[in-house]
Amino acid sequence: MPYVIFIIINAIFINNFVLSRFLGICPFLGVSKKTDTALGMGIAVIFVMSVASVITFALNLLLVKLNVEYLQTIVFILVIAGLIQLVEIVIKRFSPSLYSALGVYLPLITTNCAVLGVAVMNVSELANANILYAFINGAASGIGFTLAILILAGIREKMANADIPESFKGFPITLIISSLMAMAFSAFSGLSF
Amino acid sequence: MSKKRKIDVGTMLEPLTDGIFKNNATFRLVLGTCPTLAVTTSAINGLSMGLATTFVLICSNAIISLLRNFIPRKVRIPAYILVIATFSTVVEMVMRAFLPTLYEALGLFLSLIVVNCILLARAESFASLNPVIPSVLDGCGIGLGFAMSLTLIGAVREFFGTGCLFGYEFTALVEAGLPMTIFVLPAGGFLVFGLLMVAYNVVFKAIEKKIASKKAQVPHPVDEVEIPEPKGGAL
Repeated sequence: MPYVIFIIINAIFINNFVLSRFLGICPFLGVSKKTDTALGMGIAVIFVMSVASVITFALNLLLVKLNVEYLQTIVFILVIAGLIQLVEIVIKRFSPSLYSALGVYLPLITTNCAVLGVAVMNVSELANANILYAFINGAASGIGFTLAILILAGIREKMANADIPESFKGFPITLIISSLMAMAFSAFSGLSF
Repeated sequence: MSKKRKIDVGTMLEPLTDGIFKNNATFRLVLGTCPTLAVTTSAINGLSMGLATTFVLICSNAIISLLRNFIPRKVRIPAYILVIATFSTVVEMVMRAFLPTLYEALGLFLSLIVVNCILLARAESFASLNPVIPSVLDGCGIGLGFAMSLTLIGAVREFFGTGCLFGYEFTALVEAGLPMTIFVLPAGGFLVFGLLMVAYNVVFKAIEKKIASKKAQVPHPVDEVEIPEPKGGAL
C-alpha cells in the first residue's frame, strides 16, 4: 500500500509528467488557452493513459515471451492509435455531448508523447511492476498532466488582459510561465524517498 | 498534369532553406517541443537528438511521398505512424549497438521520436502532397533546422548550467562558482527556450523587414526556365 501511495505522489507531483519529465508539452502549450478545454483534454488524457497502460503492459508480457522486444515501439504506438480510434467511436455512439466536447482533442492524443511515454516507462522504469501498478501509474500520470495544464490555463486566462511586449506574445510568455511553474514543482523533489 | 511552371534554382531549394529558417520547427512552428526541452541539457545531446530525428524525417518523408498515391485517405494516419515507427526503431537499435553512452543519455526520448509531431506534421502537410525529391529536401531542411535549434538551446543550457561547451570545461568559470544549476533543471529548459524564441522572433522580424524594403526598391529579375511539372508518382 505505501508503494501505491508513492507511485501516485511521484507521478502527480515529484516527477510531474509535463513539468519535470517534459512529456506531453505540445498539448500543454497548444490546448491551454481556456480552462474548460484544458479540462476536457485532461480528462481524455487520463482515460486514454490508464487504458493504454494496462493494454500495453499486458502486450509487453507477450512480446517478452515471444522474444521480440524490439517490436515494442511499433506495437505500442499502433495499439495506442487503435485504442484512441476505438474510444472515439464508443464515445460518439454512447455520449454525443462528451464527444462534441472532446471531439478535436481525441485524435490529437495519438501524438501526445505522454501516452507512449507512460507505456514505455511502465515496462522499463517502474520498480517491481505488475499490471495494477501500471494502471495506477498511468492514471496518476494523467492526473498530473491535467493538474499542470489546468494551472497553466488558469494563469493564461488571467494574462489575457496583461500588457505583454510584442515579441513575448504567444508561446514565449507561456514558456516562461511554465518555467516558473516548473520551479515551483521542483520543490516537490524533496518529497521523494 | 502537363502544366508549365516557372522555376529557378532558388525555388528548387526552397523546401530546404524554408525548413531551416522560415519554417524552423522549434522556434516558428513550435513542434516537437518535448525532445527540445528534455534532451537539451548539453549541446552534444541536442545535436545527436536533432540528427537522429533528421534521419527518421528524411526516410519517412521519402517513403510516404513514394506511397502517397497508394495510401487510402482514411487510414493515412496509422500508415504514416507505422512508417515513422519503423525508422525510429532502426535509429534506436543502431544507437544502442554503436553509441551506448548516447543511448543512455537520450533514453526514453529516442523511442519517443515516433510521436514527435514534426514527423507527422511534415508527412501530412508536405510529403503526402509532393514528389520524392522536394519531400527529401523538406525533410533535410526541417531536420537540420531542428538539429540547429536543439544544439543552440543545448549549448546555452550547458554553458550557463555547468560551465562547459560541447563537453569542454571552462575551468575559470567553474572555479569562480559561476555555473547556475537551474539551467540544466527543467525550469531552466522552459526559460531558455522561451527567451531564445523571443530572440528568434525579433531577429526574424528584422530580417523580414529588411528583405521587404529591399524587394520594394530593386525588383531583381529571375532566370525563368520552363519545365514540365513532374507527374505524380513518376519520381
